[in-house]
Amino acid sequence: MAHVSVDISRRNGTPDAVGCPSCKELLNRAELAKNLQVCHHCGHHFRVGARERVGQLADVGTWSEIAGSLRSADPLEFYDLRPYPERIEEAEYDTGLSEAILVGTCKLHKMDVVLAAMDFAFLGGSMGSVVGERFWRAAETAAESRFPLVVVCASGGARMQEGILSLMQMAKTTCAVEMLGEVPVPFVTVLTHPTTGGVMASFATLADVIISEPGALLCFTGPRVIEQTVKEALPEDFGRAESNLAHGQIDMIVSRPELKDRLVQILGMMEGGVACALEPIWEAEARRGRRGGPFAEALKRIKALANPSGRPSKR
Amino acid sequence: MPTLPGVHLKDEITKISQRIKELGSGRRVDRHVWDKVELARHPKRPYSLDYIQHMFSGFIELRGDRLFADDPAIIGGLASYHGRTIMVVGHQKGRDLAARTRRNFGMPRPEGYRKAQRLMNLASKFGIPVLTLIDTPGAYPGVAAEERGQGGAISSTLMCMARLDVPTVSVIIGEGGSGGALALALTDRVLMLENSIYSVISPESCAAILWKDSDEAQLAAQTLRLTSAELLDLEIIDGVLPEPRGGAHRDHASAARILKDALEENLRDLETAHPRRRKKERHEKFRRMGVWREHGLTLF
Repeated sequence: MAHVSVDISRRNGTPDAVGCPSCKELLNRAELAKNLQVCHHCGHHFRVGARERVGQLADVGTWSEIAGSLRSADPLEFYDLRPYPERIEEAEYDTGLSEAILVGTCKLHKMDVVLAAMDFAFLGGSMGSVVGERFWRAAETAAESRFPLVVVCASGGARMQEGILSLMQMAKTTCAVEMLGEVPVPFVTVLTHPTTGGVMASFATLADVIISEPGALLCFTGPRVIEQTVKEALPEDFGRAESNLAHGQIDMIVSRPELKDRLVQILGMMEGGVACALEPIWEAEARRGRRGGPFAEALKRIKALANPSGRPSKR
Repeated sequence: MPTLPGVHLKDEITKISQRIKELGSGRRVDRHVWDKVELARHPKRPYSLDYIQHMFSGFIELRGDRLFADDPAIIGGLASYHGRTIMVVGHQKGRDLAARTRRNFGMPRPEGYRKAQRLMNLASKFGIPVLTLIDTPGAYPGVAAEERGQGGAISSTLMCMARLDVPTVSVIIGEGGSGGALALALTDRVLMLENSIYSVISPESCAAILWKDSDEAQLAAQTLRLTSAELLDLEIIDGVLPEPRGGAHRDHASAARILKDALEENLRDLETAHPRRRKKERHEKFRRMGVWREHGLTLF
């Protein structure tokens, strides 16, 4: 259940303070966590693990995990310098997670959503079979419940140790997003540092609205690979969120403290549109009474306009 | 080791110590796999335009993405085939140095993928089946390509293919390099020529990252399971097309005939299904891909 923030720092034996890589100020870990892992001095966004992210976003006590029992297998019996299962085990121990993505339902300011958060600390947030399947289940849950889907991305790309199977997760997650679009259910991604490779070239860039955190590296091919293979000189801001925004690849950059509010605003406005397009949803929502406040009011107004007789409409 | 007449142990010793090393690591480098990698990249192997020339009685190339440029690394157009029309889209490599450079070694930029989408949507509008031919080391890794949204270009092509309601067949004819290849391969049927390869990453890059030594590419190739037979076993592809004796590069015309027969057979099969059902089955197929454990059971 929710808000178990696993104290990774202590397990890894790192000191209580951490230096900001941007402004070099020494920051107290506890205070940094309280500030959502954003540097007090310069606003540098530190990486946030999946659990901590859920804790930052979800309303207290509303998180319920989906597909938590899925675990990686080793279909190719992959062995490089170390066997793949050993790498997984280590990642599980280090992060306290069972895979590179954490999926569940929760509320954001009382709004029901399906939320997924990726964790770069788990084998570079790489996408293998389990990440693909958990994403699929998240999308399925969103499509069935008609809750919007929010995915916080952080990934180095496909998981090499699952070979072609991980490449296929790009196709699989794309089909899942297609399924969401058919309903339609709003789908928003939050791209955090770094989001690259197979994730960038599949669901991360297929969202209705793409948000990014400041300074995040977002690209298909990473800067080092580009430098090595094509010997091109890279601009200083290569692949950064700001550069992506300027080149029209993302909708907006939102700093972490504002993220939750902004998500709720965007989803609320998009949901209004869905309610207009699919009348029967109103009925279902009214019955369940799942939403209060201004959204419910707006919904009532729209409904009254479309159905002046006041009788429940039948399909 | 003294070199005496009649006694030459040096070669033997090298061979045995090599064998000990192999046995010690528990794995052997299988030449067979690397041969396939080399065949898939053979400079005389038929490319998309060679197949098109042999397979179809007519071909009108359509160019440009209507947004930015025409990418010569992806070609496409209307091909006539037994009095009907097929939309063919494929990666294109060059034969000589000049052509190779012009075709960017078959590595598409975002405009290539956007052209592919334009052509596939056009086909869908008029109910024309789509054939894609896949042969690329991968999407082009460059600054400008990134700035124009290489990731988004690939994902939107995948989405375009997930949505198509015409029959779609893809054939991996050479190198199926990562996302740049997959972008054209989200199809009802995915076929592979016998000596082609399909992989999440090139063996060289994989070796450099995981073994920290690009000389281990052969071992990486074997570990990645990128040959057609292995991929059929893993149920990633729907069929393997045999090549003419010695490989497709020995006889372009025969290779094209094999491909044409396979296309015909698969289209006949696919066209019997209702478009909505075909699309559903395509989604189901990709949904099933992956291996994981749930409650302790391994599921495929």
